[in-house]
Amino acid sequence: MSSPLAMHLSDGLLTGPVALLFGAVAVLGLTVAVVGARRDLDDRTAPMAGLVAAFVFAVQMLNFPVLPGVSGHLLGGALAAVLVGPYTGALCVAIVLVVQSLLFADGGLTMLGANVTNMALIGTVVGYLVAVALRPLAVRSRAGLLGTAFTAALLATVGASLGFVLEYALGGATSISTPWVFGSIIGVHCLIGVGEGVITALTVSAVAQVRPDLVYLLRVRRAKTPAAPLADAQRSPA
Amino acid sequence: MKRFLIGFAVVAVLVAGLASYLASGDPDGLDAATRHGCEITETDAGESLSGECAARSAEDHALADGPLADYAVRGNHGLTGVAGVIGVIVTAGLAGGLFWLLRRRTQT
Repeated sequence: MSSPLAMHLSDGLLTGPVALLFGAVAVLGLTVAVVGARRDLDDRTAPMAGLVAAFVFAVQMLNFPVLPGVSGHLLGGALAAVLVGPYTGALCVAIVLVVQSLLFADGGLTMLGANVTNMALIGTVVGYLVAVALRPLAVRSRAGLLGTAFTAALLATVGASLGFVLEYALGGATSISTPWVFGSIIGVHCLIGVGEGVITALTVSAVAQVRPDLVYLLRVRRAKTPAAPLADAQRSPA
Repeated sequence: MKRFLIGFAVVAVLVAGLASYLASGDPDGLDAATRHGCEITETDAGESLSGECAARSAEDHALADGPLADYAVRGNHGLTGVAGVIGVIVTAGLAGGLFWLLRRRTQT
């Protein structure tokens, strides 16, 4: 069955009804994301967001070791949310998951809803909420921005793994439900979250260094009205 | 702006095309945890699991025979970088295209 590079939920892990339920959750969530993204995207942020999706795809290929015989990889929700906002960010990760499933046979077709729910919806929402909560630190200093991105990504990863635990508790296809397995999934994702945090912090910091105007988190407070980010953007060097 | 976007794209291509060869081949956290409790034996057809674990019910991917399945090119894992670059291009095209359609049109 699964190969070394299989990274997401495989077909058959969840029962049909629960797979369908989370398919519906994913469709609902992505519909909300499309509505929100229409407000956030403009001539400047649309190409940036396309590249954020491509970057998340690329970095997801880099499995890093977390324990002997166990690896982890970026999920990308927090990274995308900080760079392009929660709505567009969720769409970025969802597109990555669709490409991975259809083109690379990674992540079961019937598990697409659950995978989107965990990584594109939960990961992005948790990452964004944490980042916004820590935003006063993020705008104060480089260290604050690094810490904010790191913490948002760490908690987003743990949140995504909790999504799987919930799905498996609702409709795991086997009778395995030992707290040990669930505990180990959450535990290992705390470790993966550290790697996710480091990658997210370095990436956000690199973008903020050259183009702070392209970091959604750093301009969101002033963007109460749709026109604000554009005005901001025009003030910065092109 | 253009320079930044080109730089960002180049980084993505380098990560998928070159750095991907450095990736750990071990199962990821989710895979490892769902396989916990099972014996894994290598067979000609791949791996088979026996025992009690969540991954016992996992099935082969419906598109496992696709040309880029498993981040290889027609089964050749030496070409992971090529598969990765194709993935970057497809993802950028799909996402960029969708976002370009969704964007707010600037009033002029």
